[in-house]
Amino acid sequence: MQRIGVFVCHCGTNIAATVDVKAVAEAMKIEPGVVFSTDYQYMCSEAGQNLIKDSIKEHKLTGIVVCSCSPRMHEATFRKAAQSAGLNPYMVEIANIREQCSWIHKDMIPATEKAIILGKAAVAKVHLNTPLTAGESPVVKRALVIGGGIAGIQTALDIAEAGFEVDIVEKQPTIGGKMTQIDKTFPTLDCAACILTPKMVDCAQNEKIKIYSYSEVEDVKGFVGNFSVTIKRKARYVDETKCTGCGICTEKCPMKKVPNEFNLGMDNRTAIYIPFAQAVPKVATIDADYCNMLKNGKCGVCQKFCTVGAIDYKQKDTFVEEKYGAIVVATGFNPIKLDNFDEFAYSQSKDVITSLEFERLTNAAGPTSGTLLRPSDGKHPHTIVFVQCVGSRDTSGCGKTYCSKICCMYTAKHAMLVREKYPDTEVYVFYIDVRTPGKNFDEFYRRAVEEYGVHYIKGMVGKVVPRSDGSIMVQASDLLSNEQLHISADLVVLAAAIEPDKSARSLATMLTASMDTNDFFTEAHPKLRPVESPTAGIFLSGVCQGPKDIPETVSQASAAAAKVIGLLAKDKLTCNPCVAEANEWMCNGCSSCEKVCPYGAITYSDKEFRMPDRTTAIRRVASVNPAVCQGCGACTVACPSGAMDLKGFSNSQIMAEVDAICK
Amino acid sequence: MNRKDKQEQILRMSGVNARKCMRCGKCSATCPAYDEMEYHPHQFVYMVESGNIEPLFESESIYKCLTCFACVERCPRDVQPAKLIEAVRVMALRQQDNTHMKKGDLPMMLDEDIPQQAIVSAFRKYTK
Repeated sequence: MQRIGVFVCHCGTNIAATVDVKAVAEAMKIEPGVVFSTDYQYMCSEAGQNLIKDSIKEHKLTGIVVCSCSPRMHEATFRKAAQSAGLNPYMVEIANIREQCSWIHKDMIPATEKAIILGKAAVAKVHLNTPLTAGESPVVKRALVIGGGIAGIQTALDIAEAGFEVDIVEKQPTIGGKMTQIDKTFPTLDCAACILTPKMVDCAQNEKIKIYSYSEVEDVKGFVGNFSVTIKRKARYVDETKCTGCGICTEKCPMKKVPNEFNLGMDNRTAIYIPFAQAVPKVATIDADYCNMLKNGKCGVCQKFCTVGAIDYKQKDTFVEEKYGAIVVATGFNPIKLDNFDEFAYSQSKDVITSLEFERLTNAAGPTSGTLLRPSDGKHPHTIVFVQCVGSRDTSGCGKTYCSKICCMYTAKHAMLVREKYPDTEVYVFYIDVRTPGKNFDEFYRRAVEEYGVHYIKGMVGKVVPRSDGSIMVQASDLLSNEQLHISADLVVLAAAIEPDKSARSLATMLTASMDTNDFFTEAHPKLRPVESPTAGIFLSGVCQGPKDIPETVSQASAAAAKVIGLLAKDKLTCNPCVAEANEWMCNGCSSCEKVCPYGAITYSDKEFRMPDRTTAIRRVASVNPAVCQGCGACTVACPSGAMDLKGFSNSQIMAEVDAICK
Repeated sequence: MNRKDKQEQILRMSGVNARKCMRCGKCSATCPAYDEMEYHPHQFVYMVESGNIEPLFESESIYKCLTCFACVERCPRDVQPAKLIEAVRVMALRQQDNTHMKKGDLPMMLDEDIPQQAIVSAFRKYTK
């Protein structure tokens, strides 16, 4: 018979205001095996923990039940306390009477009754608890960063700085991400390329960093400290090790009419291309959709001109398998498609553009070499209308329900830059709210209004109509003067909402990392663990977790790196001892468990058994690798003969809890 | 009927939750009858939500709305201003000079061709 102690926590008034804690402690005293029961104001405080420790020693307790908050909160605290008093930490059970009782009920009588029942269930379970010992698993001292934008770059640099190897997987031919397409950065207006490209070069030159460009993550197996990842290296038809990036192939390629994605299709590139001058790695890539040689075997010009013989039309996708201890997701974002917003005439007029396209039009490396010209006729625009919240804060189903966060600031930047370069231009910004929290952000926006004379108008644009004379009629509300405005504009810039990259969803499935309804990765705790996924060993960096600007992305990237370093610095990780175990006598060798195991922890082997009639039989039975098993319990449900059991959560323990609740 | 009851009835009749409005003004930005209206779609939403409904009853605006539903189509928060304006209009009609139709008048008006729905809606419009 166990000697059980019960400790009921008030949690200040969190529990005590709704649950009669004294009555709970009193009721637990008469439960079988309970030799001691008490209540205390804050059980997690040092005094509370000492109460537990002293009681274990004084009453020679063999198991304890703490009626308190969720085990996610303080199970580890109480296990540690029990351990220091000489009790096996897995002899501690938590009855969650806060999240699952006091916080969700109002009436004290039924809440107290429920708290007592939850306590009884925990006591019933402790009777069947057995001491468990945690094993250890080694940590592979190498990290993987998925996505090579500013988030991924910063994370990789910081991890490498601490002396650990780190690989970046980037699906584009170059690292750099969206920041390479941006012209200037708010609120200081320094040039994005000038601050980003040195970091890209640092990545390329760092011995600890390996860049897999034009590659994608194909498969992820394993668990924290020991991930096994398959990386698909897409065929670029150019030998990366030979190509010097001289660019002669891109000059000679006869296929010159390929929409240039770097300039968002506003100009053309060749079929063999280097995305931009500062690309890292600076090697050419052949676009198989447009290359004549790959499509119909006629051409071969690039191969002829390549002085180092880097062109290889027969190159195939290759697959690399690597082991990692930690994985950082930095998959970034894209502006949404504007198909649902016909009222803004984006698809009808070349002069209605998105903000990212505007960045390219003002960038010296852009299609107009930095001169702001209308895409339709190449003339200088004299009236520009910026529309905010296009698809953001939209609950009608057309757009995204969240605020994209960056648009207010970059639009202020655009408006300011236009007024500075072309003071004869009238600039209107239609806004719903101007949201500029952040260091020097509001001052920046006010400068656009006060010093640069940008017309900020509170109200939304309702209709954009391209007219035959080339102008664009913008019909909008001015809510403060209660007028409907009709502006004849030359250029309309839409601040399209941003959304997570499409690849994030399938990646989340591979990583078993959770996402919210908008496909942003969820963090382990919204305030206290913002850069970790709830899945151990998976970390989050940048916009894949939620909209954020460059300063915030870089901070989060470094934070994620710190967490990765903390993990990789350990030689071994303590395993969870609550793993599955097969009863070999009951196992019928059906393989059901092997099929459902998401971690590949179950294997089958033939074993000899002494049968009751003294003969020997060879039977095929399951066995679980405790270092790989994560204790999810899928196998225990799948097993048709009930041979699989989860230590610490055995079928009999759970049934005992249910029985105690139903009694 | 007091101010609060009127507000509640308009909201109930229209099925609109005016609190969803984030005051972007896209309804009024898209409204083709804007210049004709004294109170504009976004004002209807705001005034109903704040209970300031009397001026709307008095205004010609309720008859100027074309019920084209452009505002409903464009509203990013799915507020449906046109339905709200319709509800104000119906309520204004209902309360004009009290009751226009009495129960006793009904048998004389009936004939086989009148759809039942027409009778019901006539009652809703012309009785208090």
